[in-house]
Amino acid sequence: MVQAQAAAARPPKRSRSFYDKEVQAVVWQVVFLAIVLGIGYYLYSNMQANLARQNVSTGFDYLRRESGFGIGESWIQYSPAASYSRALLVGFLNTIAVAIVGVVLATLIGISIGVASLSRNWLVRQVTGVYIHFLRNIPVLLQIILWHTLITNERFLPLPRDFLAEDGPSPILGGLYLTRRGLFFPSFEPHIGWLGALAGLIIGVLVAWMIARWADRRMAETGEQFPAFWAGVGAVVACAAIGWLVMGAPTAVSYPEVGRFRVSGGATITPEFMAVLFGLTVYTSAFIAEIVRAGILAVPKGQIEAGRSLGLRESVIMRKVILPQALRVIIPPLTSQYLNLTKNSSLAVAVGYPDLVSVSNTTLNQTGQAPEAILIMMAVYLTTSIVTSVLMNWYNSRIQLVER
Amino acid sequence: MAAPPTSQVGAAAWARQNLFSSVSNTLTTVVIALALAYLIPAILQWAITDAVLTLKPSAESWWGYEFAPNAEVCRTAAGACWDFIAEKIRVFTFGLYPQEEQWRPTAMILLLVAMIAISVNSRFHNRWLLVAWAAAAAVMFILMQGGVLGLPLVETDKWGGLPVTLIIAVVGIVFSFPLAILLALGRQSDLPIIKTVCIAFIEIVRGVPLITILFMASLMIPLFLPEGVNFNKLVRALVAFTLFAAAYVAEVIRGGLQALPKGQFEAADAMGMSYWQKTGLIILPQALKLVIPPTMNTFIGLFKDTTLIIMISMFDFLGAVRLASNDTVWRPFYVEGLVFAAIVYFIMCYAMAAYARHLEHKLDTGHRS
Repeated sequence: MVQAQAAAARPPKRSRSFYDKEVQAVVWQVVFLAIVLGIGYYLYSNMQANLARQNVSTGFDYLRRESGFGIGESWIQYSPAASYSRALLVGFLNTIAVAIVGVVLATLIGISIGVASLSRNWLVRQVTGVYIHFLRNIPVLLQIILWHTLITNERFLPLPRDFLAEDGPSPILGGLYLTRRGLFFPSFEPHIGWLGALAGLIIGVLVAWMIARWADRRMAETGEQFPAFWAGVGAVVACAAIGWLVMGAPTAVSYPEVGRFRVSGGATITPEFMAVLFGLTVYTSAFIAEIVRAGILAVPKGQIEAGRSLGLRESVIMRKVILPQALRVIIPPLTSQYLNLTKNSSLAVAVGYPDLVSVSNTTLNQTGQAPEAILIMMAVYLTTSIVTSVLMNWYNSRIQLVER
Repeated sequence: MAAPPTSQVGAAAWARQNLFSSVSNTLTTVVIALALAYLIPAILQWAITDAVLTLKPSAESWWGYEFAPNAEVCRTAAGACWDFIAEKIRVFTFGLYPQEEQWRPTAMILLLVAMIAISVNSRFHNRWLLVAWAAAAAVMFILMQGGVLGLPLVETDKWGGLPVTLIIAVVGIVFSFPLAILLALGRQSDLPIIKTVCIAFIEIVRGVPLITILFMASLMIPLFLPEGVNFNKLVRALVAFTLFAAAYVAEVIRGGLQALPKGQFEAADAMGMSYWQKTGLIILPQALKLVIPPTMNTFIGLFKDTTLIIMISMFDFLGAVRLASNDTVWRPFYVEGLVFAAIVYFIMCYAMAAYARHLEHKLDTGHRS
């Protein structure tokens, strides 16, 4: 298009030779495209022929068929009678669950370790340095498998039924059972009131956000300060409490009951989830710590000194002077760490956590429809990656320095 | 009368400044010191004091002892069972490679280490090094595969352990590099079709986990090929790993291309150079020098990613450790095997990272923008 317009704008008499740069550009692109499409068509036709010979049907109809296999943990109703598409959804939700918890924990630990690695305390610097260098140089898959083995190995943790014995271990803090079968802990009985509290919490966050904006505006106009942070915390707690009260104020707690063969009541975190979560969090936090450290070091020293000479407290300098400037350096590499963590959650299949890859793999082995299963897997990860980077780019563009 | 100023030198002053400069600082020091005083002895007790490593005197051994692994002793011990590693070190290192032929992978690893040792020395950076690498690659392949020169044939599905880790890493990195240069140039190109195809390839590969690409290679390549033609599993993994590595390295190289001042491109155009002259003589030599340190970091990441091939049931070093622990006698001591593997991977990655820092320091001639 562009070339056609450029050609039209030129004097019409100009002769074209094969050695003309623009002619060559078009010719080479056509040749390139032909080769790419040719290879693609060749591979596709081979695949069709191979699938036809193996009597494997193509298409996505299989997604509606009954899956026939069970899944260890699920956030939604699922049974072997459910369809393959529902099984894949369960796997996807498991992937998302471990990725979100992992991202939050890795960010918190990473920022703490990164800030601590710049401490004035020699001992703190040494310990954080060992943490960062040691953990980022061990493959994450190995770390996940090691955590899983540590948790499930008979030499380290007891079985639930060991708690029944006279001389057996006793639960941590009276209610936490850390065993080879997972972590069992007390939880509230499901009740509509908890949904009310959750809704209140969300409203509270919105209210806190509005208070913060109002306080910022007032300070910019009048210079008067307002304890926006504590007011925000108060708003969140108050709204959640109101939601909880209005919807029936449930207080019933379910405690884990250790039986001979199984544990009933309470809530459970499986060893697989723990292993994947620990592995991903610890590995990624080492990288985030290094990113945070570099980001803080990138803020010119004069900024800190200027803050001190204005008489600001160290904590205010950190919050209002260093972090906003460091964030501009931190956000882009942090985004790629979040994407890495999400993609690395696919390693969950190594320890049997039923994530998307694990469920897809079972689906693929049962139906033989490898191209479709792999296509779905790739499409889901690609979409997740794109959504994450769009969100993070939006956040990044908001915090960038606005120049003239 | 004012007190004399406190000393600014010596161990006491150092401790005052670095450990006890304020109340909160002192508190932190004490808490961490207590935690370490609990943790370090506990770890040492598990790994050394209570650990099991059975030796027996031997007249034939050059150091007077030999390993005598005993799982029964391990089962009663409170600490680590290093006997597991003594017993299975051959499996860890060579996987299922036939025992009487294991001198061949050993020779292959030694040759590879020697070549790497030569290559990191800048005195040998000339075109003979490339010839030497080509020759060494041929020798290594013949050593591993055999079938000629009186060496018995060992099929690739018997390969395992450290040689497989090294082959995947080295081959993947070496072959991905030229491909990555082409992809990076394509992405920066003015030609819309080439640019679109390169962007699509790079972004799709970077957007999905390596494991899906490995599944694709192991399950789809047989479908893509006409009937009767097939590659073995190792080659399929190598293809997948090379393509994966290329997309990541391409982005690093793009960073170098973008960091070059625009004047360099314009000057080359003004000299009337063709695209390939400009790229080969002006742009790439400068851009590649800029990206050597970040490329090394990418390579370290890719080296760690080689462990993922255990997912398509191949046995690299980690896979071989896993394989060894399937022995029911030693099953409980899988942890020790994994700890050993973690130490081995750590040493290799840390060495590469140290070399990367050295390069970064050496190449930093202050010309960067």
